[in-house]
Amino acid sequence: MHEWALAEGVVTTALEAARQHRTQRIDRLVVKIGQLQQIERELFATALDAVRRDSPGPLDDAEFVLQIEAARFHCRACSADFPYEEAVGSLSHEEAEAIHFVPELAHGYACCPACQSPDFEVVQGRGVWLDAIEGA
Amino acid sequence: MDPRLAVIDRRLQGVKDIIAVTGGKGGIGKSLVASTLALQLARQQRKVGLLDLDMTGPCDHLVLGAEDTWPEERQGLVPAQVHGLAFMSVASFTGGRAIPLRGGDVSNALIELLTVTQWGQRDVLVIDMPPGLGDAALDAVRLLGRARYLVVATGSMLVLQTVRLTLELLHRLEAPVAGLVENMAEGEGGTVAGLADQFGHSLLASLPYDPAVETALGRVDELAATAFAAAVDGLARRLVQ
Repeated sequence: MHEWALAEGVVTTALEAARQHRTQRIDRLVVKIGQLQQIERELFATALDAVRRDSPGPLDDAEFVLQIEAARFHCRACSADFPYEEAVGSLSHEEAEAIHFVPELAHGYACCPACQSPDFEVVQGRGVWLDAIEGA
Repeated sequence: MDPRLAVIDRRLQGVKDIIAVTGGKGGIGKSLVASTLALQLARQQRKVGLLDLDMTGPCDHLVLGAEDTWPEERQGLVPAQVHGLAFMSVASFTGGRAIPLRGGDVSNALIELLTVTQWGQRDVLVIDMPPGLGDAALDAVRLLGRARYLVVATGSMLVLQTVRLTLELLHRLEAPVAGLVENMAEGEGGTVAGLADQFGHSLLASLPYDPAVETALGRVDELAATAFAAAVDGLARRLVQ
């Protein structure tokens, strides 16, 4: 249900952007979702639609385009670059939930596959953000 | 655009008062003061929340004896109920592991927690602020615009210097200071009172060094019976009327 909280943020931010740019109607909203966020795409889409219905206005007929950005990491200790799957290996349900709620906790459960350091940088694939808003 | 920032105020809109317990120096009892303050306020029949914003070394859960809590998922995260408090801490998710985070990561974790936590209706939210004067503390001040700051100090010269810097920063950020508290007091709090006076604030309480506190950690009824908790009770009544 964490998806609802983020959907509320997306809709609120899009409506504020529409107000600032005096946009009457948003046709298309591109939302990028970092893989590290571990969001359930369908649930997020449902949440976006429900929150949109609670906020009548420029988003009424908007198409939501959800794009997942793969998470990639860079090891500060040995400079290796690696994807999410190699960093976390297999996680228990509770560990995956922890990262789902607070993605930075990946630093506690993941490590560099080359040198096992937990000191890595999230190069891409973290967070939820509005990538594009199209309208008139 | 970071959509998380748009909903943080909404998450806190049912909270009447926010008291952020800070100090800037580790080891001065900030978490103990924050947790005990929240407990005493709850014992005064107020609806209280406690948020531990120390992302890498949280310990409010140890004071409360709440080492195995998990928030409820309901359009975000609804804090667990612990001894009459709505309690949220990253410790619920870490399983006791070390979480090595750099400054930007700490900020992100803090923002995430503020974004997803549904506090509902609260008379008071007590926040155990991130240690230091870095990214996390700056973000907390920026995002918690309504908070009043309770600054914890001890009589040590080393602590006083850091607390002075904390007060200077809060003033520069135009963050309202509710007052100062002297912790581990062995007298009347002369040096801390002097510092409070210099900045135009009140010394709200001198909390005694009380050896009984250490053995009461994790057992809130025992903690409530200490001289320390009695002094915090007085602090709570001065802070929230």
